[in-house]
Amino acid sequence: MSIAYDLNHPFPVPPAAWESAGFWEGVQRRELVFQRCTECGLWVHPPRPACPRCRSFGKEWARSSGRGTIYGLVIYRQSPHPAFKAPYAVVLVEMEEGVRMISNMVGIAPEEIRIGMPVEVVFEEVRQGLILPKFRKVG
Amino acid sequence: MDMISNKTAIVGIGISEFSKDSGKTELRMASEVIREALDDAGLVPPDIDGIVVHTDDASDEIAAVRTMGMGNLTFFGQCRWDGAPCGMVMRAAIGVAAGMANYVLVYRAVNGSSKRRMGTPSRDIAQMSTSALLQWTFHAPFGQISAAGAVAMITSRYLYEYGIDPDKFGWIPVVCRGHGSKNPRGMYYGQPIAIEDYRRSPMFTDPLRLLDCHENSDAAAALIITTLERAKDLRQKPVRILAVAQSEVAETEEKNCFYSPRLSELPEIVRVGERLFAMSGLAPRHIRSIQLDDSYAPLVPMQLEALGFCAPGEGAAFCEGGDRIRMGGEIPLNTSGGSLGEGYLYGLNHIIEAVRLVRGTSPVQAGPLSPVLVTTGALGPASGLIVGDGL
Repeated sequence: MSIAYDLNHPFPVPPAAWESAGFWEGVQRRELVFQRCTECGLWVHPPRPACPRCRSFGKEWARSSGRGTIYGLVIYRQSPHPAFKAPYAVVLVEMEEGVRMISNMVGIAPEEIRIGMPVEVVFEEVRQGLILPKFRKVG
Repeated sequence: MDMISNKTAIVGIGISEFSKDSGKTELRMASEVIREALDDAGLVPPDIDGIVVHTDDASDEIAAVRTMGMGNLTFFGQCRWDGAPCGMVMRAAIGVAAGMANYVLVYRAVNGSSKRRMGTPSRDIAQMSTSALLQWTFHAPFGQISAAGAVAMITSRYLYEYGIDPDKFGWIPVVCRGHGSKNPRGMYYGQPIAIEDYRRSPMFTDPLRLLDCHENSDAAAALIITTLERAKDLRQKPVRILAVAQSEVAETEEKNCFYSPRLSELPEIVRVGERLFAMSGLAPRHIRSIQLDDSYAPLVPMQLEALGFCAPGEGAAFCEGGDRIRMGGEIPLNTSGGSLGEGYLYGLNHIIEAVRLVRGTSPVQAGPLSPVLVTTGALGPASGLIVGDGL
């Protein structure tokens, strides 16, 4: 496997650098923002230097409605990393803006999560100084 | 494409046994399978003037050349990503077709289980490639940190869209282990499983059960590619490359397609299939055996759909009961066992088995089967090939 994860690392902290910085700066302010092209308006995630539709380098950090639906779901019954206690669920959320993001759910047991479930973003301080965007069920 | 299809051939193969601990260095394993492939082809080391290696392998072509007594390379380079094996054959075929080399060697040697001198990927964020960094940044903080997890995510969507009973995936490991149980060089020789074993298998990365997932192996394999013209003078009946293709599409990540328009579609395999059939002039109904990426069982029905062997959503039903995909069935799958029933070598073993089927020397085989289609890297970047005894 070529994906480089350090199993000895205490927690996979996102490096707030390069193209991704604006996303994580927003999260630390408890705002969910995504890259949006200032030329053609395309929402882009994960971030990248240019717009994959119109090739413009013009981009801004635009605030998301924070609402979406569960698009995919995994329940880890065995933990691949000491920072995460099994069982835990990872969700792929499709946002109203059309982009998808990987996250976790709060306030719900893994078995209760369903694909198609409407969700909204919440911010959780998972360890001191590290806030992550997570989701809770709505309705 | 005209320079390659039916004009290039695989003329030598070598493959190690699959084990949990080879007790050997990867270079030693590489050297053994290279020698076996040379002997198989009736070539000697100085004949080899091209080598294609993998970025993750510890044994680069310099070490292989120094060990095996080759020494006049005019064509060499590396391929990347786990889905590379058929792409490595493609690179080799391009080399001989373009006249940049006469005999090109392709190999991988990986102590994936024992980790004995494995080509360990970068552990330092500062050294990550941009795409690995992306996964670290946006997936790992939420615990999405395994290849099984990526397949599980795609599978969850596939199950949801088509309303499939996940127990049906069990026929893939049952068939692959059944084939592998007859392969004395595999990890599961004499160890078939029944569908009840699958149903009792614990959930691992839900919706994947433990038996949906391959185990890591220590193994190595080598292939030699040349032009069909040169192949005719060698020891073996040439196994012709009828088509070979790679695919990487927008929003591809290694082993993920979380951001692609349809998560359940395996877009790279769709493209690989289109190119393979266009290049060979063949259609799914002409293919006599398939050696598909079965690193995780649900990838098989998804690929059957992506390649056009059945309609979208019908792959699991196609495999139900296992009769259509067993040796002797409509389209035998992974006849030496594949990743689930022989061992894990990223699919190089699938290519070796395709060559053996065309020759008529598979461990489970009664007579020759041709043509055979192979895929590697179903989650992308992907590659594939069709080999046979002619068009």
